[in-house]
Formats: sequence, structure tokens, C-alpha cells
Amino acid sequence: MDNAASRLGQCAVSSIRAMPISLSASAAPILDVQGLAFARNEEPVFGPLDFALDRGETLLVEGDNGSGKTTLLRVLAGLLQASAGEIRFDGQPLAHDALHGQMVFLGHQPGMKNDLSPCENLAFLSGLYGAREGADVGSALAQVDLAIYADTPLRMLSAGQKKRAALARLALLPGELWLLDEAYANLDRRGIEMVNALVASHCSRGGAALLTSHGAVRFADPHARHVRLELAA
Amino acid sequence: MSLATAIRSDLRQTSPPRGTHACRALLRRELLLAWRRRSDVLFPVLYALIVVTLFPFALGPEDALLTRISGGVLLVTVLLAMLPNLESMFRGDLEDGSLEQMLLAPQPLALLVLVRVLTHWATTTLPLIVVMPLLALLLRLPIEVLPVLLIALLLATPLLALMGAILSALTAGTRRSAILLALMLLPLAVPVVIFAAGAVAAAQSGLPYLAPLLWLAAALILALVLAPFACAAALRIAVET
Amino acid sequence: MNIIPLWLHKLSSPPVFYRFAGALRPWFLWSALILGAAALYGGLVLAPPDYQQGDAFRIIFIHVPCAWMSLFAYFCMAVAALVAMVWRIKLAEVIAMECAPIGAAFTLITLITGSLWGKPMWGTWWTWDARLTSELVLLFLYLGVIGLFNAIEDRRRGARAASLLALVGIVNLPIVHYSVLWWNTLHQGQTVNLIGQSKIAPAMLWPLLLMVLATHLYFVASLLARARVGLLAVEGGKQWARELIAEKADA
Repeated sequence: MDNAASRLGQCAVSSIRAMPISLSASAAPILDVQGLAFARNEEPVFGPLDFALDRGETLLVEGDNGSGKTTLLRVLAGLLQASAGEIRFDGQPLAHDALHGQMVFLGHQPGMKNDLSPCENLAFLSGLYGAREGADVGSALAQVDLAIYADTPLRMLSAGQKKRAALARLALLPGELWLLDEAYANLDRRGIEMVNALVASHCSRGGAALLTSHGAVRFADPHARHVRLELAA
Repeated sequence: MSLATAIRSDLRQTSPPRGTHACRALLRRELLLAWRRRSDVLFPVLYALIVVTLFPFALGPEDALLTRISGGVLLVTVLLAMLPNLESMFRGDLEDGSLEQMLLAPQPLALLVLVRVLTHWATTTLPLIVVMPLLALLLRLPIEVLPVLLIALLLATPLLALMGAILSALTAGTRRSAILLALMLLPLAVPVVIFAAGAVAAAQSGLPYLAPLLWLAAALILALVLAPFACAAALRIAVET
Repeated sequence: MNIIPLWLHKLSSPPVFYRFAGALRPWFLWSALILGAAALYGGLVLAPPDYQQGDAFRIIFIHVPCAWMSLFAYFCMAVAALVAMVWRIKLAEVIAMECAPIGAAFTLITLITGSLWGKPMWGTWWTWDARLTSELVLLFLYLGVIGLFNAIEDRRRGARAASLLALVGIVNLPIVHYSVLWWNTLHQGQTVNLIGQSKIAPAMLWPLLLMVLATHLYFVASLLARARVGLLAVEGGKQWARELIAEKADA
């Protein structure tokens, strides 16, 4: 177990890394970030960051509101351009067009139309991104326990149900890298466990996930491989 | 929990869906949305009806006068009726995050934008054009000029929608976006209005009207090719909040 | 030659440009004022009255250079906008955005002087002449760019959005010009040209050209001054800006 803690500017990194169980040795980490910084209107939003995410790993980015977690995720997804630093995906410098289709991004907002049902929303998304082998809209909704509300317009669902509908995307769309912003927001205990199970099964199949959260969250599996990155506001 | 069952699936999709498949999915979504909000379709039509009704009250019911101004008034009315829907074209997508999902899709954003804008035009402005004969009747437009007016509108309104989409993407999320859009649209709309109204006026005077219509068609083709790229660039800027 | 790109690269650094612009500006400003005064003297005093319009024609010494400048400023803005969008250079963004108010001012002066000219010519304060109408549309283009830039809180994102708008506008500019020209012939049957005769007497030509030069120099001077302010606004938090303000405060 490697337990290294170091202060880099505004961040504290502590890593708990166990031996990967059934991963082929992949040479480059799926995500490698060096010196990444972002400033808006000349105000620094998050300072120089260095971390790497291997396949099979889950990275939890914790920080208070306004500490720049959402911005970090958007920079990694390619929606924003960093002010400084380098991002490497699979060892290659990041060309964001190449990243499309290999990543599932869950932003702050649900990313779905309120007037459509979860079923229709997911059908649209899978029309754009495709679907995993063996997965379809029905099975994805079943996984998030939303099968009953499959045909109800999102507008009529509660916040937690909307979040589940958004999370159903994870069970449907292909993508090695998951970028989840506030994955636990609006969810009850069962919902949180559901997210953890989704992430765990994703990572055990060789994917990687980066989650942000503003509160301390206990992972269901204490042996899960995760790296905690704390952004000080 | 049902999650315990493992999903036998490949994480990485080797080939993302083809462009046509994605466009069909987007088309279906847009038509569904338009159908769910079908009362919204009524607003431009009502607005046009109100404006057209006001003109005879303002200028007097004399047939000769109304006939003289009807072509121009109808064109301007259609343009004004398009404004509110243009302004909100991307606002909803920006607010609920679905714009980001489109941006991050493996398909070229310009293609998706083109489908989006054209379906938006079809669901908001086409009904207006369908109602045009009624409005033309109210303003005493000569019946033989009506086909020219309809063709001019069918060429001019998608052109305005494509240009308006770029501007709508630029102003999405800003304050006072409605007045800003109108301000930005005027210079772009001037040539369109000139040519469309020129065609109608020529038809009304019995003069050849093909040339301005051809100019409109050429501009429309150019816009169909170029505007989606400009709009995609504008959307990428808009999402950077 | 690598010297020019290297020098340009150095120049695009905000503190370097700030000093460079500050040093250059007085030269441009004073030469603009002196040449402008000479041109006005030549135009208002020395040149003989026009055989057709009498003394009223003298407004062209302001109207025409301002009209040309309104277009030149837009062209400069579009070039800077292109650089800003493609290479994301902060200085290009600032220059593009600062061209807009200057261009808008020139356009406004063109419109006002055109209107003033119209009164003795046709007895009316406004006429939908092709040229004036094009200038009016140009004013709207400028106002759109200025409005969009000011509506977005993030200055750099606002500059990029307004730059895209400026580029869309420049594609549209010739289209507007020619369509307005056609529209004018369509409805009035003849083009009314504000200049009048196409040949212009030498005694009237040199003050005009001198004034054109003077307005160009003034444009550069004004742009340099505004760009400095714009750079400070964008870079306010940076070290060099704070040092500069501290210096000025001490002095």
C-alpha cells in the first residue's frame, strides 16, 4: 500500500492503491494530468494539479463548494480549455475530438430534456453515442430502478428520480472513462449505493472513473482502489 | 439488488453510430419535443395575425393602400414573429445540460446543429407560412403574387433561421438576449428582406422576379453549408461558462 | 527570417505591448492632429467653393474620411478577431474589442455629417441614400459587437464570442452594400451619389487625402490608448499591472 501525501499548491493528494486484480498491464494511465491549472478573469480557479488515473481506478475529487471541482471536470471533458498544464489520455496528448465516444460525462445538470421521458431521452443519447454490447434502454433503466417511470416526462419526476435517469446513462453508453460531477447529489442511501456499485463494476471491467463530491462519502467496498484529491477552496 | 448481475459488455464502442443514425435520433427528439410543446407553435401565428390585423386599423381599410404595402408588411411580420423562437433556440439546451451532451458526441457538431436548426424552422416558421394565404387575404395581396411570396418566404425564412441560430448560440445565457439578438440580426436580415421584398414587388408590378429569388436561393445554399460551422463554434464558446 | 515573428511574439506579451503602445501613441496623436489641422485649413479655407454645391460641399472633408475609417476599423477588427479566434492571443482579443467603439464613433460621425449635408442638398435631415443606409447597417453591426462583448461577464469568452460575430459581420458587409445599392436603384430609379462628380479638383483633393491620412493616424493613436486600458482590464490581477498601478500611485 502506497500512502503518499504531498502538498502541491492548494491540493493534498493521498493515494491508496492496491494491486489490480484482473487487469492486463496497460502501459499508460488512461488519464495523466500534469500542472493543470485554470483561471477565469485572471482569478485562479484551481491551482497546478498533478495526478494520474489508471484503468480500474476510481478517483474521488473532494472539495467545498466553489473549490473548482466542476471546472476541473469540464476541463478534463474538453468543454473548457485549461490555462496551463497538460492532459494525456492513454499516453497521447489530449485531442478532444478523439475523446468523444470514449468518455461518459455527467455534468451538474441532468443533460436531459424535461419534456421527454427517461426512455426517450436515453434513446436519443444512445442514438448519438451508441450503446454497449448487451445493453439497451430498458435494461439501463432497470439497473437504476426507474423502470416504472420509464415513460413519464422528466418534469414530473422528483429530483432523485431525475438523477437516477441521468445515471442510467452510465449503464447504457459506451465509454472507458467516466467523469461524474456531483454523482451523489440528490440521492438517498440506496441511490448512493447504486452509484458505488455501478462505478465498482465499471472499474472491475477495466474502466476508470473520476467523481467529484462536496461531502465525505464512504465507498461500499473498503478495498476499492481510489485516490482522493482534496481541493482547498 | 439487480446491479449485482454483471453486464457482459464491451466498454469501448469500436465504431460510434453513423452520422445519419444520429441525425435521425436528433430529428425524432426534436419532433417529439415540438409535439409535447405544440401550443408553442401557435404563438408566432397569433403574433403575425395580431400585427397584420393592426395595420388596417392604423392605415385605413383602403384596398389600394393595403395592396401596395402588403408584400413588405407580411415579410417584416414573419421576421418579427420568428424572433422570440430564435432567441430561445439554444437556451433550454444550455440550461439543462443537453447541449454539452451534443457537444461531446462523436458526431460532428455542425451536422447535429444543421438538423436542429432545420427542424426548429420546420416546427416554428413553417406553420406561419402555411397560414400566409389567410394573412395575405387580410392585407389584400393580389392572388397572383401569393405564390411568389410563398417561395420567397420558403427561401428567406430558413436563411434567417440559420443566421439567427448563430446569433442565438452567441447570446445563449446572456442577459437581455432578446434585444441583443434583434440588434445583431438586423444587419444580417437587411439583404434577405431586400431581395425577398424585391421579388414580391417585382411580381406585383408585373416585372421579372426570378433574379432576386435566385440570389436568395444561392444565399440559402451558402448558409446551409457555412452557418452550421459558425453555429458550432459559437456553441462551443457558449458552453464555456 | 525569424526576427519578425519573434518580435511579434514578444510584442504580444501584455506588459511589453503596454510600454510599446504608450511610447508610440503621442507620435501618432500629434501627427494626426497637425495633419488634420492642415487638412482642415486646406479644405475649409483654401479650397474654392464647388460650382454646384457652393460651400456646403466642404463637409466631405470630414464625411468621406470618416466613412472610409468606419470601414477600415471594421476590417482591422475582423483581422484581430480572426487572430483572436484561431490562436487565442489575449492581445488580439483586446485589440479586436477596442476597435469596435472607435469604428462605431466614426460611423456615427459619418451618419451625422451625411445628415448635415443632406439638409442643404435635399432639404431633408435624412434620406435613404445607398451609402447612408449602408453606414446605418454598419453602425448596427458595431453596436451588436459592443453589446455582445459587454453582455458576457467573462471578458475573454465575451471577446471570443464578439470576435465570431465580427467575422460573421464582415462576410455580410459586401452583401449588405450591394443589396442596399440594388434596393436603392429599384425604388428610386437612379443612384444619388453624395460625392456628386466623380472627378474632383486637385485643390480639393489634397486636403481630402491629407485628412484621410490624419484620420488613419488618429485611429491608430486611439486604438493604442484603448488597447492599453483594455489590457489592464483583462490583466488586472497580474503582477505587472499591480506594479504599474503602484508606480502611478506613488508618482
